[in-house]
Amino acid sequence: MNSSSTRINYYALALVSAWTGVLVVFSFWMSRQAYHWLPVQASTAAPLVDGLFSFETALATFVFFGVISVMAWVVIFNRAEKYDMSDAEPIEGNTRLEIIWTVIPALIVFGIAFYSVRVNQKLAVLGPMEHIHRGDPIEEVGGFLGDRLPAEQVEVTARQWSWQFNYPAAKVSSTELHLPVDKPVTFRLVSEDVIHGFYVPAFRLKQDIIPGRAINLNLTPTREGRYRLRDSMYSGTWFSTNQADVVVESEAEYNSWLQQAASQPLQPGLSDAVAEYKQRQAEGARGWPTVVPAPAPMVNVPGSNQLPHNG
Amino acid sequence: MTLASYDPRVLKSNAPVPGAPDNWKRFFSFNTDAKVIGIQYITVAIFFLLIGGLLAMIMRGELITPENDLVDRTVYNGLYTMHGTIMLFMFIFPVLNGLNNLLIPTMIGAPDMAFPRLNAVAFWLVPIFGVILISSFLLPGGPANSGWWSYPPVSTQNPLGNLVSGEGMWLTAVALSGVSSIMGAVNFVTTIIRMRAPGMTFFRMPIFIWTAWAAQSLQLIGLPALTGGAIMLLFDLVVGTSFFQPEGGGDPVLYQHFFWFYSHPAVYVIILPVFGIFSELFSAHSRKPLFGYAFVALASFAIVFLGLIVWVHHFFPSGVPEWMRNLFMVTTMLISVPTGVKVFAWLATIWGGKLRLNTPMLFSLGGLFNFVFAGVTGIMLATVPIDIHVNNTYFVVGHFHYVIYGAAVMGIYAAIYHWFPKFTGRMYYEGLGKLHFFLTFIGTNLNFFPMHPLGLMGMPRRVSSYDPEFTFWNVVASLGSFLLGVSIIPFLINMISSWVRGPQAPQNPWNAIGLEWLLPSPPPAENFEENVPTVISGPYGYGTGKPLVENQSAYENQSLLEA
Repeated sequence: MNSSSTRINYYALALVSAWTGVLVVFSFWMSRQAYHWLPVQASTAAPLVDGLFSFETALATFVFFGVISVMAWVVIFNRAEKYDMSDAEPIEGNTRLEIIWTVIPALIVFGIAFYSVRVNQKLAVLGPMEHIHRGDPIEEVGGFLGDRLPAEQVEVTARQWSWQFNYPAAKVSSTELHLPVDKPVTFRLVSEDVIHGFYVPAFRLKQDIIPGRAINLNLTPTREGRYRLRDSMYSGTWFSTNQADVVVESEAEYNSWLQQAASQPLQPGLSDAVAEYKQRQAEGARGWPTVVPAPAPMVNVPGSNQLPHNG
Repeated sequence: MTLASYDPRVLKSNAPVPGAPDNWKRFFSFNTDAKVIGIQYITVAIFFLLIGGLLAMIMRGELITPENDLVDRTVYNGLYTMHGTIMLFMFIFPVLNGLNNLLIPTMIGAPDMAFPRLNAVAFWLVPIFGVILISSFLLPGGPANSGWWSYPPVSTQNPLGNLVSGEGMWLTAVALSGVSSIMGAVNFVTTIIRMRAPGMTFFRMPIFIWTAWAAQSLQLIGLPALTGGAIMLLFDLVVGTSFFQPEGGGDPVLYQHFFWFYSHPAVYVIILPVFGIFSELFSAHSRKPLFGYAFVALASFAIVFLGLIVWVHHFFPSGVPEWMRNLFMVTTMLISVPTGVKVFAWLATIWGGKLRLNTPMLFSLGGLFNFVFAGVTGIMLATVPIDIHVNNTYFVVGHFHYVIYGAAVMGIYAAIYHWFPKFTGRMYYEGLGKLHFFLTFIGTNLNFFPMHPLGLMGMPRRVSSYDPEFTFWNVVASLGSFLLGVSIIPFLINMISSWVRGPQAPQNPWNAIGLEWLLPSPPPAENFEENVPTVISGPYGYGTGKPLVENQSAYENQSLLEA
């Protein structure tokens, strides 16, 4: 009796170890796959975020498939026979086991939290994710930015429903965001109406733009290409169209773009909402009344939001 | 079915009895019997589930193509706002209150709730604010369209300028819903504390009672913040105050604190009773005691405590300072510890059991599967750098639909099937139940899994059109949503036909342990009346042979049929 149960335990131990090994390998493979589920990495923040996501994907895979394996085993092998109305063995608990499965998850969680706080700090060193100025946004623009120079400075104005980018140094305005690669940039985010969200998935950064505040956001693009900026905070009827393109280019291309832009006369920038609203009025509105879109901002360069983008 | 075949206690009661003449009329009256109110809640809730689901299917119809081509954008925005609002305030809270009404008095051996009239008032507010909410579709300005969060300033933009706006009606409905839930919570908590059968100490209460108690305590603590916030926003909208308007010196982020201070705990109000359901069903249908009862019971209150200090994780990318981000990240992650305790306890409960894969058990297992998936994506969302990327994207939408539909609603279905024989006196049809389960399980995963890759790719939530690179997963999700719509059909057929002409249910079809199973099916109006049993052991004595109450055989095998 004793020896046979020992033999069975060895067998079970081998099975559990082998399956755990399979899960570990699978979790590791999933952590590599995780990078492909995300957009291209186009900022210094992106690899840090993706590394953390990859790490948590491994943990998540292991936990999820571990639990599912137990459930599958039980469902396959622990079913009652058809007319078996008896009860199972009444095991009411095991204090040691319960303490273990309280303490180990707590340790894992503290581990994840520790790693995440470190990543948070690194992101903050790369450029504080945001600084908030309360009160009148116009008066608080100076001074603060001094210690972050020589960052490029771009003023971002969000409206219902368009984005406007002003380059104060070059006296250029645009509805397409151009940025030099590998150079830190400071955005000063302002909203004229409701809360909007400044979100460039390829940069992995997002910042709500709160009306009545000017919020600074720092980042450094690292990859040339054309990316989407999306409004991430629901902002009303044409929220979905409130997108702009972000063009990251070499410093030479960027400077020549700025120069050319400065010579252009002001013209209406991009606003899909204005175009759709005009069409909606002409056809007779099918839906409910809406806030009227702000007129397209007058800018030097409208740019485009119809070209293929990299993420 | 003749009257003579009913237990005399059932006949003399004012409570509706399935099959008895004219009894359906009583369900439309101001009845104070918790069991009638429970069925009223559940029926009204399922009616609104159908409406909310229909709105979701129109939304998925719009999202099956990238362009905005099915409904006008203003209509889409109204649809998603009302979908969320109806599902939360008109479906899930009422359906859970229905289960609370059915189960709390019968499980603790009380004749009724502590305040039966208050109970009835709380219920009748539900159709009132339901009508207010739904009728806002008929306003010239349309219903509220700023999402179920209703963040100012976008929510206080009122293009027509009318005094009666969709947003105003929405806020009125939400405030009334809050009042109704507070009334309910006072009742449930009082009943649990004051009206337990003799011998039922706190640590002999079924886990469902623990979790209902924990959840309703959260309602009492959190709801005043939401209800207050809703009233302040209504003042901003109608009277022109500026609590949240920046141009008047107000702060829009303050509203977000008010809103999430309640609305995050609200998730635990929803999921805690479902944890209770899992605990009951896993032990009953695997014929084993719940593993680590005391840990599981106390973990409920650990979740309450932690659930109250995590709300800022909903707006990490808002104007939130760094220290707050780190603090709320840690508290949020800590919730996984008591939650993990419960999950491991359920696994240990079913491990080595004698499982019966009937409909309630299938729904519980499917619900646990979905819950674990939601749990691991929840840890990702708690992690600030990841959350900054996926916040307000479809990743979040996928996560919480796994929690709310995948885990909570599947758990609620499990409960409805499990206790259906007890409260209607009829058996449901197992084949239809299993069909319902498989359609629901496949539909849920097909609908909500694709939202995770979409969110990781950067598709914002609440959009009525999107870039073409998101098309594939959206098509899959839309097909899943239509399957989910179909899945409700066998459920409705099963519930209606079983209640009308299903086979008579025995007193205890699952051979389950619990005071409610010592009552006839359906129980008489006053439950145990004068013969309240004395509880002498814990609630999950499967396989121990220990009786639950003194003189147990006197309560067992009471048939509705007088042999």
